[in-house]
Amino acid sequence: MRIWSLGRLIPPAVAAFILAIGLVVVPAGAQEGSGSNPTAQAVSERQLLDELNKVQGRVSIPDRKAATLQQPQGRDYQGFHERALPWIGGIAIGGMLLVLFLFYFIRGRIRTQAGESGVRILRFNALERLAHWTTAVAFIVLAITGLNFVFGKRLLMPLIGPEAFSTWTVWAKYAHDFVAWAFMLGVLVMLVLWVWDNLPDRYDANWLKKAGGMFDRSNRTHPPAARFNTGQKLIFWAVVLGGISLSVSGIFLLFPFVFTDVNGMQMAQYVHAAVGVIMVAVIIAHIYIGTLGMEGAYDAMGSGTVDLNWAKEHHSAWVEKQQAKADGRVPPHNATEPAE
Amino acid sequence: MARMKFLCDADRCIECNACVTACKNEHDVPWGINRRRVVTINDGKPGERSVSMACMHCTDAPCAAVCPVDCFYTTADAVVLHSKDLCIGCGYCFYACPFGAPQYPRVANFGSRGKMDKCTFCAAGPEADSTEAEYAKYGANRLAEGKLPLCAEMCSTKSLLAGDGEIIAAIYKERVTQRGYGSGAWGWQTAYRETVEV
Repeated sequence: MRIWSLGRLIPPAVAAFILAIGLVVVPAGAQEGSGSNPTAQAVSERQLLDELNKVQGRVSIPDRKAATLQQPQGRDYQGFHERALPWIGGIAIGGMLLVLFLFYFIRGRIRTQAGESGVRILRFNALERLAHWTTAVAFIVLAITGLNFVFGKRLLMPLIGPEAFSTWTVWAKYAHDFVAWAFMLGVLVMLVLWVWDNLPDRYDANWLKKAGGMFDRSNRTHPPAARFNTGQKLIFWAVVLGGISLSVSGIFLLFPFVFTDVNGMQMAQYVHAAVGVIMVAVIIAHIYIGTLGMEGAYDAMGSGTVDLNWAKEHHSAWVEKQQAKADGRVPPHNATEPAE
Repeated sequence: MARMKFLCDADRCIECNACVTACKNEHDVPWGINRRRVVTINDGKPGERSVSMACMHCTDAPCAAVCPVDCFYTTADAVVLHSKDLCIGCGYCFYACPFGAPQYPRVANFGSRGKMDKCTFCAAGPEADSTEAEYAKYGANRLAEGKLPLCAEMCSTKSLLAGDGEIIAAIYKERVTQRGYGSGAWGWQTAYRETVEV
């Protein structure tokens, strides 16, 4: 009776056990059965590109860059490099040349109204001139060799042929890589030397309102300015900020993949190339006004001295301060007591 | 003329790296240069896939477009090749390449690179076909001998296909239809702006 009842109980228990196992096993078995899709869990290229914008994995070689299977951003880089950049550069540089040509044609050379006094005062000392010319020569080398990477194959290569152009471009590349360090040093020294004289001051608003007298064809407008007028300050900050962005992005490019991945390298190129061509346009304007555009301006950076009348016209507040210093007086604009 | 393409059937690739070894051996590729590599995605996880990748010989090749000395050219078979005599090792082609194909021997300072090296679809370079000068710079020229790239020719699972785009796409389509699945032609959309629809 007891045994019989136990015997009656066992089959339902076994049946329940088999059923329980079956419930677990059957769905798993259905996945692995014939005619199933072994790629159900597989990674899909489209999904990876949609979610991560690129496809990365693992490689068995030491080159970590090789683990990026696909980065469609290369196509964007192609678009920037071959379409956007030549246009940005062409418009910035061509536009600036056109503006300067028109300015020279309409305004002419800005003469010193009072003529030369014969008295000369020191404007830039030897260290300042050295810093300026180091940066200037370096920038011209970098600008020519840099523009060669964008426009060389379009303008120069058809003239001299691919072999000669390739040889020149190898040397241009080395010049760009090495001269860059002189440029970076020059920008830093100029920053230290001139930052205090380039902070905004009380003359800036008025100078800007009158556009520095640049557009007065009678040449009688000379808004007062301290050592640097607002236009010069803008050039200074353009050189400092542009120079620093060029330096930082340039160091990324000089040491490829040390600081970043391929998309970071593309970004460094975008910054370096765009800031580079805009700086070339800015410096063309700087060169114009420092040489052809204004009588007496070149002497400041050439010999380091300027004519007193030139200084009075363009930097009246600076001249007063310099003369006061020479006479041992308190400069009038810094006077704490009311002037007599 | 054929339009040469590569197609890696990721559902067949077993990451044996024989294509990589064959390529290195066939072209005597120096240390540190990999014209072909196998990338494993989701390594060790369910659904892991390996893809053998080299230069895809793109349509409107980004490398060729961005080259500042225009050292690239496309053959009648649509193979993208370059001249090491003109290359200046600037590295722009690597930034532009969606597939990481261009390789550079490391020389001198400031990360300066030697002349670029990449997969030639076993079609070597601009030198006269099958000459020593051509082999030294670009490796073997199998296409000139009527042979297809060695990596695909000796692939043990026939995962890697090389040849005329239409023919290899048809082979792949037939496979996918027969077995009932396929993870697609990796890289085709980016390289050729079209893919194999099955």
